[in-house]
Amino acid sequence: MNGWYGLAAVVGLAAITVVTRGFFLIAERELTLPPWALNGLRYAPLAALVAVIAPEIVLTDGRLIATWADARLFAVLAGTAYFWWKRAILGTIVSGTAVLLALKLGLGW
Amino acid sequence: MVEPSLGIAAWGLVTGVAMVKSGLPAPFAALMAVIVNAGSAQLAALPLLVSGAPLWVIFATAFCVNLRFVIYSAHWAKYFGHFPRRQRLTLGYFAGDLNYVLFLRRFPEPRPSPEQLPYFWGSVVWGWSSWMGASLLGIFLADRVPTEWGLGFAGVLALLGIAYSLLSGTKSWVAGAVAACAAVAAFSMPFKLNIVVGIAAGIAAGLLLDRTFPDPVVERAS
Repeated sequence: MNGWYGLAAVVGLAAITVVTRGFFLIAERELTLPPWALNGLRYAPLAALVAVIAPEIVLTDGRLIATWADARLFAVLAGTAYFWWKRAILGTIVSGTAVLLALKLGLGW
Repeated sequence: MVEPSLGIAAWGLVTGVAMVKSGLPAPFAALMAVIVNAGSAQLAALPLLVSGAPLWVIFATAFCVNLRFVIYSAHWAKYFGHFPRRQRLTLGYFAGDLNYVLFLRRFPEPRPSPEQLPYFWGSVVWGWSSWMGASLLGIFLADRVPTEWGLGFAGVLALLGIAYSLLSGTKSWVAGAVAACAAVAAFSMPFKLNIVVGIAAGIAAGLLLDRTFPDPVVERAS
């Protein structure tokens, strides 16, 4: 990773933190958003997260996973099961990572 | 505040480890943790940064992930709107998810009062130091863990948990599924544009469903 590219990314991401967290604090007068924008706000975070993680889960070098012996699939299954059982994000991470490590270190996947 | 700060610390640890194990150099990951100060946006930016996606794609993705803060800021404006702009933006920058939840529980009435600022800074100092300490510890420890363990994937699992927590109702499931399929199907597009395609497809699907099958609640509100 090129140094200037990384630096620009970090500065830009910090600016996005400021702009989103301070969105309605920037203007002096109170602002309101139109209803369609508020509806779009409901779906955008979910769409962005899913768009980032789906390829990370099901693709290897740009191709769909062709084998069951991929630790990622079982890590995701474990995390998913935990989430819908307890509805807790931390346990989702811990259970998924535990399965991932068990398969990678134990079975050498 | 002790229990939530344990949660934040665990979350920071995962973020720190995931950043380094996804391929970011440790000093760079530390810089990112300190100045970006937004875990889920950092994690979402990771695969894009590592694959050298164009900056605008990274920024658009982080912006969408951070949109919940735009909603929070509408509430913050009711409490902090009378302060000078520089102070308002400083307060906003430090206001994470947990600070928001705690603050609204402590001050349910949306009007300013003098004890709000000390309460806010108290929760920020506590949350920020738990988060930052754990992130830096994660970054430091990750350098000592072999890459073959695949711990970068813990970041994906973290985002998976957040995505599940955002699912409420059939429409959001459909919107999420559309975003996932579109991002995978468009993977061969250059510049990680598949992420942008996925986001656009997910939002479009959600808005279309809202228009076709309006919520009874939303109809009454409008």
